[in-house]
Amino acid sequence: MGSRASSLLREEDIEEIKKETGFSHSQITRLYSRFHSLDKGENGALSREDFQRIPELAINPLGDRIINAFFPEGEDQVNFRGFMRTLAHFRPVEDNEKNKDLTSGEPLNSRTNKLHFAFQLYDLDRDDKISRDELLQVLRMMVGVNISDEQLGSIADRTIQEADTNGDMCISFSEFTKVLEKVDVEQKMSIRFLH
Amino acid sequence: CFLSCFSIYDRTGCVHVLVKMESYLFPFDSLICMLLGISFTVWFTLLLVFIIVPAIFGVSFGIRRLYMESLVKLFEVSECFVNHFNQIIEKNWFKMSLEQEVQEMRRGSAEPEFDMSDIFYFCRRGVESIVDDEVTKRFTAEELESWNLLTRSNYNFHHISTRLTALWGVGVLIRYGFLLPLRVTLAFTGVGLLVVLTSIVGLFPNGRMKNYLSDKVHLMCYRICIRALTAIITYHDSENKPKNGGICVANHTSPIDVIILASDGCYAMVGQVHGGLMGVIQRAMVKACPHIWFERSEVKDRHLVAKRLSDHVADTSKLPILIFPEGTCINNTSVMMFKKGSFEIGCTVYPVAIKYDPRFGDAFWNSSKFGMVNYLLHMMSSWAIVCSVWYLPPMSRMEGEDAVQFANRVKAAIARKGGLADLLWDGGLKRGKVKEVFKEEQQKLYSKVLVGSSEDRSHS
Repeated sequence: MGSRASSLLREEDIEEIKKETGFSHSQITRLYSRFHSLDKGENGALSREDFQRIPELAINPLGDRIINAFFPEGEDQVNFRGFMRTLAHFRPVEDNEKNKDLTSGEPLNSRTNKLHFAFQLYDLDRDDKISRDELLQVLRMMVGVNISDEQLGSIADRTIQEADTNGDMCISFSEFTKVLEKVDVEQKMSIRFLH
Repeated sequence: CFLSCFSIYDRTGCVHVLVKMESYLFPFDSLICMLLGISFTVWFTLLLVFIIVPAIFGVSFGIRRLYMESLVKLFEVSECFVNHFNQIIEKNWFKMSLEQEVQEMRRGSAEPEFDMSDIFYFCRRGVESIVDDEVTKRFTAEELESWNLLTRSNYNFHHISTRLTALWGVGVLIRYGFLLPLRVTLAFTGVGLLVVLTSIVGLFPNGRMKNYLSDKVHLMCYRICIRALTAIITYHDSENKPKNGGICVANHTSPIDVIILASDGCYAMVGQVHGGLMGVIQRAMVKACPHIWFERSEVKDRHLVAKRLSDHVADTSKLPILIFPEGTCINNTSVMMFKKGSFEIGCTVYPVAIKYDPRFGDAFWNSSKFGMVNYLLHMMSSWAIVCSVWYLPPMSRMEGEDAVQFANRVKAAIARKGGLADLLWDGGLKRGKVKEVFKEEQQKLYSKVLVGSSEDRSHS
């Protein structure tokens, strides 16, 4: 039988998600369809295995880190709200939003929040600092067995040296932001969702 | 007659009533029996004239095509409202290879070895694949752009007017009340005849007569099965039909693929020995002409399989082998990796592309969701199975080409002809995990970018 996914999503939920994430009504229903098709256990929430079943994600060297970003601290299941909240980071920044004065804080897809998402991919223990160890581990994920420990170590050292301004041998979020201030984060961390 | 079985009556009026009802019903009783008898006779005569006889001779009255055309008009007239899109994201709007993109992210001319922004590439690609990936959607039925009045393809169509519901109701009546019984009858007839007639042909001594009869019997029974599914098939480029001593390869969508191809030509089937009804059919078929059935244990032995296939192919009196190299059913929007086994044998390969029109009924068998019986029920209660078959020109392995490259070349040709996406992914991903080696390839690529730039620096 075809999935009657949209009938399980109530209008009030759609409105709330719209306000929180900025996605349009049709985008939300379409993404709910996708959420539902990934949810093999049909329990309204995705587990890590559900994500790992996507082959293109399974071969991504940082696949596990990306999957982890969907799950809040200590939890093993992510519901549709959480799913959308994470995806909202990748909404392109529309011009009229750049100047919008939001009273409820920054939108999820602001430059700062996009950078924070990337920062968290490096920050393995979620202590708001990227230590040399953490950087090494992430680098090791990205290169596999093809680069030696010494070479990787020197890459990590050089990166921290260039970024670290307060001398604590770690990269904080503000140092991270400074290093990437010339990068077009809005474009590189956006997915063009169709309406 | 049935009322006389009643023994519950009391002394007074009821007996009278019963007697009265009996005499009242007697003339109707025989009338009913007579009507039933007549309708059965008419039914079977129609069946014989319109379906079985044409199947024997391979001609067609064109009834099915007429039916298909009226269905198309019906879909146009009903103008099913839809608010449904097939694509979530615009992929490839930023299409660059890993190297290009990472290089572009390096700012300035002084190229550092590693940049913290390198992570953006993997991050974005990862989230893109979570939102929409090329593989997982191939293992579920293709989503239609507009509704075709079947409950099973109604996903997100919220607004269905009363007119449409009425049409749908009439559709249900026609499909389940008239078409389904007809089709089931035909299916039983077709399969029954196949088993009986192939067993009879098996009694003949080997020779030209036996082969001729076997071909005729197989074709006839498959054609009856085609009509049992109301399959409307258009064959293109029949001059390229597979010949003896070759292997026919096609993309796989459902078990019906076999019936579709075998009703237009004679093939030697390849498969595992099954039990039950399937096993009975297999044993009967192999009496009439040499099909290749493997025991479960033999399937694992690649050399044995290859040897039996090569032996069969070497004997030019035997029919061409029919193989589906994908190894599993895909939903007919793409062609997935071809297993190289059949391409190592070294004979001529006759590629065939099969494309179903999903508007009339989806032929894809989602074996993780539906069993065989459920699937056949779906098939026989759809409007029709409409498909196109293209016979492509024969291909052989070229000099310096290995089996995998040859397989990919054939796959690309089939995908192009059938209008399907050509994917490198393995159909086995339906059930299994992707191999680690692909992740390692990605890591290697990225390492090259890192190390490559440091090599340039050391040379400058």
